[in-house]
Amino acid sequence: MEFYKNFPFFTIVLAMAASMISGVLKGKYAKIITITVSGIIVVLSGYVFMETRAANESFIYLLGHSSAPWGNELRVGVLEAFTAFSFSIIFFISLLGGLDWNGQKGSGKKQNYMYIMFDLVLASMLVLIYTNDMFTAYVFIEINTIAACGLVASRQKGGALVATTKYLIMSLLGSGLFLIGLSLLYTITGQLLMPYLKQTLMEEFFSGAYIQIIPIIIGLFTIGLTMKSGLFPFYSWIPDLYSSASPSGSAMLSGLVSKAYIFLLIKLIYQVIGVEIWFASRITTILFIFGLIAMIFGSVMALIQKDIKRMVAYSSVAQIGYIYMGIGLATEFGIYAALFHVFSHGVSKALLFIAADGLSRSSDGSRQFDHLKGSGYRNIAAGIGFSIGSLSMIGIPLFAGFISKLNFAEASLQTPSKTVVTLIVLAISTLLNAVYFLRAVIVIYTPVSNDMTRTIGWRGEVKFKVAIAAFVALNFILGIASRPIMDIIAEGVSILGTSPIV
Amino acid sequence: MGQNIWINYMVGAAAFLFGIGFTMLLLHRNLLKKIVGFNIMDTAVYLLLATQGYVSGRKAPIIVDGVTSMDAYINPVPGGLVLTGIVVSVSLSAILLALTVRLYQKYHTLDMDEIARQCKKEGD
Repeated sequence: MEFYKNFPFFTIVLAMAASMISGVLKGKYAKIITITVSGIIVVLSGYVFMETRAANESFIYLLGHSSAPWGNELRVGVLEAFTAFSFSIIFFISLLGGLDWNGQKGSGKKQNYMYIMFDLVLASMLVLIYTNDMFTAYVFIEINTIAACGLVASRQKGGALVATTKYLIMSLLGSGLFLIGLSLLYTITGQLLMPYLKQTLMEEFFSGAYIQIIPIIIGLFTIGLTMKSGLFPFYSWIPDLYSSASPSGSAMLSGLVSKAYIFLLIKLIYQVIGVEIWFASRITTILFIFGLIAMIFGSVMALIQKDIKRMVAYSSVAQIGYIYMGIGLATEFGIYAALFHVFSHGVSKALLFIAADGLSRSSDGSRQFDHLKGSGYRNIAAGIGFSIGSLSMIGIPLFAGFISKLNFAEASLQTPSKTVVTLIVLAISTLLNAVYFLRAVIVIYTPVSNDMTRTIGWRGEVKFKVAIAAFVALNFILGIASRPIMDIIAEGVSILGTSPIV
Repeated sequence: MGQNIWINYMVGAAAFLFGIGFTMLLLHRNLLKKIVGFNIMDTAVYLLLATQGYVSGRKAPIIVDGVTSMDAYINPVPGGLVLTGIVVSVSLSAILLALTVRLYQKYHTLDMDEIARQCKKEGD
């Protein structure tokens, strides 16, 4: 076995070890450990991605000595490696962008607790990306939930506690549905590893046994994971949670944590349920309809917000709708478009949250639009970052968001019954996006005469500026070099479906 | 349809309990009762796994007297899953209870709607 095949396991263990060590260190050292480890993970995941791309096949990494179908495994293919690579890059830059402000308010000496949670979020996301075992997936869904809750609750303000409680309750409902779906699946197949589950499930589906219960199981998984990622009827926790988290925290929660569940759902579609059964099941139509409602609803709600972070959070509700609409189109290309949007939204939304926090910092910590006037002049880097993130969200060519919308429109052409309604809703949603994002950009560039607040010029806040520059660069890369990335996604998905049974 | 309900009555019971717990967690306003609901919901899943993992007449999977035939023992995996699940649900209950304590200290009520109202009024 080549040595690089150990790297996915190493990245997971490194992140977990970092969280343990952070627990006993002082805040300053915990910060150094966390940023170093996430940097190392970026490099290792990048190397794994290069190697799997060159080999163009997936490999199984055995955990422990009991072989399949009893043991526990990681499965690494092109798509998993690419997702781990890009998620760890977004994680690293988000962490860097908020590094000096994450633990500022209220947490006092217990700053290191926050870094335990950051490390655990990274570790559990990597497991959700790589794992080949259903029960491991369930356990790490819960660990991810706990870490995300800890990230917000460590702010210790009343609003943060209420937001965390709301999120935790909704998450528990979602993971409860996932768990009972998993138990039912185990009782009818007797397998826990994904390729074996798929094989047994296919045999049972086509022989007609358990024909009533298989759609129920698919429904339980889908609803459980949509609850956790915040699709329209289950969105109520999103604005409170994202607006009360720390700068890095909200960038990670919106850009990565909710996307990890969507990635897990796509993995389940290909590796457990089987893509033919999934496309034939009517649940795609339900996802499509709720995705469309979310696209409009999130944008309308964003339009009436007076708080910049709440506005960006409601825009996330709409963007989650885009992704599920792509999955609900029930074509291969729809899923490619959804996956591309997972990356492009991760990059632009993390940029917006980091930049919005920079703007409010230069306006005495207020997030109301009334106080943010002229903040684009006071904090130049944050102003540029917010404008570019907004342009990407609206879908201006050259930026990542444009390619996303183009992909969704192209994907909708393949399903004639859904084409017209998709294009109309895309147009309305884009228009609303343009209205509220441009309004925000105009507000932050409205000059004010009596400038009492703190001005941040070209010097100072180096880490913040590096993070903004890196996110802007990633936005351009996704927007200009979209063809190779779509190729990677297509290659990865085609390998995802054909899991080897050893 | 339906003729197997008396054989699989435990599955029916598990589904019923899951429904009760799920509804309590979703709809009840009192935070403590929400936590009780969460525990009922998870226990229902363990009931399902435990009853489906047991085959009547077989023994626990520990080899005695050299009998290694698969037909003599029950499947040990569901037991392992239940144990792991219990650990997960205990830690989540602990976090939810800790949050409830903090919210009660701050707002002096367990009513989630009332807490949300007060929090909005403060506007922080």
